[in-house]
Amino acid sequence: MRLVLAEDLALLRDGLIRILEAHGFEIAAAVEDADSLTDALADPTVDAAVLDVRLPPTHTDEGLKAAVAVRSERPGFPVMVLSQYVERIYARELLASGQGGIGYLLKDRVGDVGEFVESVRRVAGGGTVLDPQVVSAVMARQEPIERLTPREREVLALMAEGRSNAAIAGALFVTEKAVGKHTNNIFTKLDLPLAADDNRRVLAVLAWLGV
Amino acid sequence: MTGYAGLQLLLAVPALVLFVLQVAGLALAAVVVGIPILMVTVPAARWLAGRHRRMAAGVLGSPVPAPYRPTEGASAMQRLRIQASDPMSWRDLAWLLAALPLAVVTSLVVLVLFVLVVTGVAWWFGVGPIMVARSRIDRWFLTFGTTERLEQRVVVLTETRNQTLDHAATELRRIERDLHDGAQARLAGLGMTLGMAEDLVERDPEGARKMLSEARQTTGAALGDLRAVVHGIHPPVLADRGLVSAVRALSLDLAVPVEVTGQVPERLPPPVESAAYFAVAECLANVAKHAVANHAWVEFTVSEGVLTVVVGDDGRGGANPSDGTGMRGVARRLAAFDGTMTVSSPRGGPTLVTLEVPCDSSSPRTLPSSGTV
Repeated sequence: MRLVLAEDLALLRDGLIRILEAHGFEIAAAVEDADSLTDALADPTVDAAVLDVRLPPTHTDEGLKAAVAVRSERPGFPVMVLSQYVERIYARELLASGQGGIGYLLKDRVGDVGEFVESVRRVAGGGTVLDPQVVSAVMARQEPIERLTPREREVLALMAEGRSNAAIAGALFVTEKAVGKHTNNIFTKLDLPLAADDNRRVLAVLAWLGV
Repeated sequence: MTGYAGLQLLLAVPALVLFVLQVAGLALAAVVVGIPILMVTVPAARWLAGRHRRMAAGVLGSPVPAPYRPTEGASAMQRLRIQASDPMSWRDLAWLLAALPLAVVTSLVVLVLFVLVVTGVAWWFGVGPIMVARSRIDRWFLTFGTTERLEQRVVVLTETRNQTLDHAATELRRIERDLHDGAQARLAGLGMTLGMAEDLVERDPEGARKMLSEARQTTGAALGDLRAVVHGIHPPVLADRGLVSAVRALSLDLAVPVEVTGQVPERLPPPVESAAYFAVAECLANVAKHAVANHAWVEFTVSEGVLTVVVGDDGRGGANPSDGTGMRGVARRLAAFDGTMTVSSPRGGPTLVTLEVPCDSSSPRTLPSSGTV
């Protein structure tokens, strides 16, 4: 799998390259500013991107804009967005196209190497991984999805973090079969059309985020 | 202008009455009876003076500002105290005394010239200069000259500068404390944990691994602390996207649904943006904490170089801005930009907080701050 990596701080860029290469990813390009990122993303042979939100020249939200831009060119192109802080408003923008293949994590999470690499894999496979901090901010609010039972909300929150049914079962101390039942209930209650499980999971998270 | 002259002649009578009543009120204030008299006559006199300011402005073709000290948010007694210490109140009083003879002389001359057909030519040419002279005298009484205005401006600026410096010093102390107790302490702990892991790695690899995992958790906590500090200094979304988006991002995380409307045409000057953001954040935090509201809204408008933000909620009302240190801090921070905050919060709601900040750096700021109230 060929990745584009954009991160302006050399220390973190080198660290990310080391971690990703050690886990079998190929770094097609590692860039440090928005212009070279645009060039690198134009390469049709890259499979996914790992981007920092803040990049030169303006150090605001270049990475986020690049992610939205590349996904309007190549719908569903997997992008993992990393940032020093997470905002729900940005998660909504990333997911607004209604397609999966989006990760949005605090840079802190890279420290848990195994979990981080797994998240990149999941995003590359079309899944959605949101930072637990975004998820807990949504959980803290009274969301319109009141039709869901507390347990179903828990399952949905873990789904938003990109966990598989097996992982959710492990976190909630229930069987995988029970989780499958919950997810099916969630899909039905949210009126999601029949589709591949992955895609329905993305749609459920979108509905939950209020996109 | 003849109409003005007639009106001024009519208004001269209440002016004299108000003068007498105000002097009586002042004399009787010592025995309390005068206070209610003043509570009625001072606003009435201000209204009357306001009419004459507008007429003078019309005749002279230039604005005649009413440079009263702001009394928003003050109780009735406080308002009276502010009005008593306001030099403009005393000039109003002097003007009330002068208004009758002035009006009788100028207005009568004008009216007599107008009524007698024979003197029509004199009326045609004479009214202008007479009314200009009258308006100049009114203006002399009813507004401050340039020097006085600048003196007052210096007083206001000195006060707001002191407040700003105080505010900045307090903020720096808070940041220092947050860093010291938070990230700094955690990094020190991290160093120790790593040292212990290094020490253990040969003898007890399993223990060392535990230490390393603990160290990683500590870095996460330290980063969390730093994020909180950074957010308190300058929220990243504000830097990235500007005021409206930052408020929108903030409102997403609140327990009360908040509707954010309006646009700010371009990026505002960063200090204004930041002060306005923290002001709105404080207002919304109060809504979430105290208002028991089902719904809140934030509305942005910029017109004629003034940013206006209205934060409203349908909660229980009864908010008093002088109660909380937070709101006082907001008012102080806005004052540094000649900004103002007004709170309307009747019992039973709704609560409306209106923030106004001049945001056009080219606009002249020689009017006293009360001019923008």
